[in-house]
Amino acid sequence: MERILQMIFMLSMFYGLGQNGEVKKVNHDVELELEAEYRYFFDEARFDGQEDHFLSFALQPEYSVSWNKGYESINLQGFFRLDRDDERTHWDIRELYYQKAKGNWELNVGLKKVYWGVIESNHLVDIINQTDAVESFDGEEKLGQPMAQFSWITNNFGTFDFFYLPYHRKRTFAGASGRLRFGTIINQDDLGYESGAAEWRQDLAVRWKYYFGIFDIGLSHFYGNGREPLFVFDQAGNINAFYPVINQTGLEAQVTHDAFLWKLESIYRNAEAQSFFALAAGFEYTFSNIDGNGLDIGVLGEYLYDERGELTLNALQSDFFFGSRIAFNDTADTAILIGGIADLNSSSKIFSLEASRRLGSTWTVEAEARIFNSIAPSELILSNFENDSFFRLSISKFF
Amino acid sequence: MFTLNVNHTTMRKSILTIMAFFGLILIYAQTAEDRGLQIAIAAEEADLGFESSTVELKMILKNKNGQTSERSMTTRTLELTEDGDKSLIVFNSPKDVKGTATLTYTHKEGSDDQWLYLPSIKRVKRISSNNKSGPFVGSEFAYEDLSSQEVEKYGYKFLEEKGSLLLVEQDPVDPKSGYTRRIVTYNKDKGYRIEKVEFYDRKNALLKTLTYNDYRLYKNKFWRAATFNMVNHQSNKETLLEFSNYDFGVNFSDDDFSQVALRRAGN
Repeated sequence: MERILQMIFMLSMFYGLGQNGEVKKVNHDVELELEAEYRYFFDEARFDGQEDHFLSFALQPEYSVSWNKGYESINLQGFFRLDRDDERTHWDIRELYYQKAKGNWELNVGLKKVYWGVIESNHLVDIINQTDAVESFDGEEKLGQPMAQFSWITNNFGTFDFFYLPYHRKRTFAGASGRLRFGTIINQDDLGYESGAAEWRQDLAVRWKYYFGIFDIGLSHFYGNGREPLFVFDQAGNINAFYPVINQTGLEAQVTHDAFLWKLESIYRNAEAQSFFALAAGFEYTFSNIDGNGLDIGVLGEYLYDERGELTLNALQSDFFFGSRIAFNDTADTAILIGGIADLNSSSKIFSLEASRRLGSTWTVEAEARIFNSIAPSELILSNFENDSFFRLSISKFF
Repeated sequence: MFTLNVNHTTMRKSILTIMAFFGLILIYAQTAEDRGLQIAIAAEEADLGFESSTVELKMILKNKNGQTSERSMTTRTLELTEDGDKSLIVFNSPKDVKGTATLTYTHKEGSDDQWLYLPSIKRVKRISSNNKSGPFVGSEFAYEDLSSQEVEKYGYKFLEEKGSLLLVEQDPVDPKSGYTRRIVTYNKDKGYRIEKVEFYDRKNALLKTLTYNDYRLYKNKFWRAATFNMVNHQSNKETLLEFSNYDFGVNFSDDDFSQVALRRAGN
């Protein structure tokens, strides 16, 4: 926290300098999203203390100020959630960074979110930010990561992103009353580090992104504290969990041909205690404007492989994802995503549905369902969640 | 020999006559197509040299019962002459999609390259530009109506001249277009600016009419309409585009149209 405050101070200094140097147009922008959410887990809880009904409120304020024709800015995004599960009640500074762009480079300093990858059902390559694991099931919500990011855009050799990551943030797990947890309640403070410098280990990452015709390619390397904790089981059955020091090389590729997107993501992660290879490959095809009225139906298929097998933390070790994205392209932006993930070596399946639309001009409503179906008892991770199928309904107001 | 000679001469004459006759038709036909193409080129040339611009855009969607909804965006354009223009569109409202942005590299031939930025998860995604005929964000404008209008994307036929107005039929080259043809009305006295476009659907029935209003001249050369009004005759829906704060003095370069710039624009 102290670190964050230091950063705020630093940024305000930057801001002061910027303002003195550039007296021209300064743009301020304030936004606020308020959300009410209800989650209902309709199967009887597997572990003691777990609740069925969760009412929750979240707010997400945003502020940005830009000057120098938009080439310099400070951006802030906060987040707070109040939930029945104490561990899901949390706040975070998603982003608070100073940005400066000039010609073919851009610099970002502060807490920020960065996304890498092309695959929809699993995010192997994406490693800069810690996952906000209590916030959503799909792993797409992230915690703000302290960083200095320097982007260099070359004329003929694509874009290089260099990251200096001075601080590691731990993953939060559901508390005693929460669902989607293991039998043993994991407190994030119980997890240690392999590195002697612990969360202050100074980590580095680099990514090269290149585009040529119908090809988009990304190559990345990360060296530092892993974002995923490593669970090691000893002979007595005790679990030892910690954040290992990892080297991870990632590859992303997409071919965009007519209405087809062909996608590939692959990583090789190397740590003292564990090294493995993982891959995801798939396609997305969109039948657009089917009815002459804007209806788009996308079909998605993705194969997911992880060499860790049953130790794969998100259980996508040898699975197939199939899904469909339906967009009505109406004034309310109505969209539906339905899908399923089937384990190719067992009976386990997870079905999901996400739907959203706008009401009026400042409200949105979202519905989500995740159904765990025929989860095989042999699933080390997933078997903990077999009774955690849920419905979720949320409504948001934007100011 | 003599007879033969005569015959030969007559034959040559006939051939010449026939050739001249077809030639005339050919010249006539070429004139309609050539003139159409010439007008399109003249219109393009009249607009050459704007280099880069930025504009605020308000879109008002009206359904057949007259209910309206609004969205607003900012558009940046970079003029390129060897290949098509580059453009970056950022949504400002509705607030739930604020920061959503698209980056498009138009190509004179072949499909455009397009990326989408999703601000909630900070993701840049390469998307297919295959969907030409689909509506842009629920409006009566199809994607192809809003993409950079390159001369190479149509076949042309001059139709008629009404005072300073020139009507040209344009047939899209791309088979994925939602139209069989468009009839475009140019104003030759006003830098070949477009006054009206009529769109005919795949069944060759009149689908939409787009009218350009409240033109203003910028930098003493570039005509820009402040309002575009698209009326769909088949669904009775309507979309109004209102442009404001045109700025031609922004001096953008390629660096302002990179994927890094796309990410930055959506902040």
